[in-house]
Amino acid sequence: MTPDEILKNLYDETMVGNAPAVLDLTNEGLAIGMTPEQILFEALIPSLEEVGARFERGDYFVPEMLIAGRAMSGALEVLRPLLALTGVETVGTFLMGTVKGDVHDIGKNLVNIMLEGAGFHVIDIGVQAGPEKFIAGIEEHKPDIVGMSAFLTTTMPMFKANINAIEKAGLRDQVIIMVGGAPVTQEYADVCGADGYAADAATAVRRAKDLIAKRRASVNA
Amino acid sequence: MHTVLSSATKTITIGDDQPFCIIGERINPTGRKKFQEQLRAGDYTAIEADVLAQVEGGATMLDVNMGAPMIDEPAALAAAVTLIQQITDLPLCIDSSVVEALEAGLSVYQGKALVNSITAETERMDLILPLVKKYGAAIIALPNDEFEIPEEPARRLELTKVIVDYATTKYGIPIEDIVIDPLAMPIGADSTMVVRTLETIRLIKEHVGVNMTLGASNVSFGMPDRHTLNAVFLPMAMTAGLTSAIMDSRTPQVVTAVRAADLMNGNDEWGANWIAAHRARQAAAAAAAAAE
Repeated sequence: MTPDEILKNLYDETMVGNAPAVLDLTNEGLAIGMTPEQILFEALIPSLEEVGARFERGDYFVPEMLIAGRAMSGALEVLRPLLALTGVETVGTFLMGTVKGDVHDIGKNLVNIMLEGAGFHVIDIGVQAGPEKFIAGIEEHKPDIVGMSAFLTTTMPMFKANINAIEKAGLRDQVIIMVGGAPVTQEYADVCGADGYAADAATAVRRAKDLIAKRRASVNA
Repeated sequence: MHTVLSSATKTITIGDDQPFCIIGERINPTGRKKFQEQLRAGDYTAIEADVLAQVEGGATMLDVNMGAPMIDEPAALAAAVTLIQQITDLPLCIDSSVVEALEAGLSVYQGKALVNSITAETERMDLILPLVKKYGAAIIALPNDEFEIPEEPARRLELTKVIVDYATTKYGIPIEDIVIDPLAMPIGADSTMVVRTLETIRLIKEHVGVNMTLGASNVSFGMPDRHTLNAVFLPMAMTAGLTSAIMDSRTPQVVTAVRAADLMNGNDEWGANWIAAHRARQAAAAAAAAAE
């Protein structure tokens, strides 16, 4: 296969969630001298972007999103060490957790998959994550974005508590904070002092990319 | 085992020898932006339409949830319960994760309510079970704890036993007033989710024997043609031993599937309910035709 054929097949096979094919194509591409950046940015990420767009339009459904994300994850395991060697700037690092008092994780996991699909390095600190866990995660991983998920109206107030704790730890300026979960709304996100909110996984990825672009632009300005 | 619930004037029974208890899920602001805005402005008019549509659709009970950001939930729940009891005589399921809201709802409720819900977390049980006892209500309990929502049916059974033991021994709640939610998860997120829920239902039926209810519409989240999935899932769960669901009671396809399963499972003697529902539809169609 030519590099162009490999890129096209990677794009197509990722979109239908064919994990073995995506892994084979990734290895084949590397074997003929394609760069990991090319495979990631010219095939995998555009494919997952299209998956997200289709999901937002209602043309793609949750299982399709999951298997596309899984197919891409398999390729990323091969690519990540190589990308680290070449020092390519990742799209961003995303620290994600479900807040204290809450054990719901299906929505959070969906968002994680789509974020990985968009090229984010995702660190999942799990469910029942209290302020100290978020702070430790920020200090250890230096994420661009911290994501907090809550499924209950009783656990949503933990957003504010976490944000206050992050502020107190002197880390608020270093991170963008996004919140989400079934009962959460944009108004609530504004009130609790978050920088961003999204109603579903595909929108969350778009918001995350926008917020990082804005942040990087303002830092470079 | 019979769980008996009531409003001021109507009594209903949940049990495996009874027609399935359909708890209408609609009175809930989650994901309903306009409804949330109305509630924040103290406007409860949308609730009336939701009540009527669900009663007409064939609900046995109605769930009432006022949980949304920036709403005074105790006040809203009390107001909603009072309003709904003026519109319908169906018993209510008072649904909140806020203890004060549950108490506010229970304090104005006329009859014996179903409270939604507790988990196996001791702290939550110690806050909510005294209210259940005080108001003589029944309680829905989810077999998850502060660490996880267990995937394994055996673990869900274990937590069910913990809850039943705790509620009956420490608070003297009659076992028939405990309704377990075996946890329905989206099939779209994992194809084994429903198999696990069905296995949990069988285990709880066999080893504990209490009534069960669950949020049936969760199952079809993120999938196309949700009505068909809901309409197939419910009869499967009923056959496994589910006796109630918090569900879509406005979609005829879903409600009809439940009533057909009642008939097949031997809970509609001589098909009397099934035939009566058919006649009611015929009459409604004839009336609509005559009006044209």
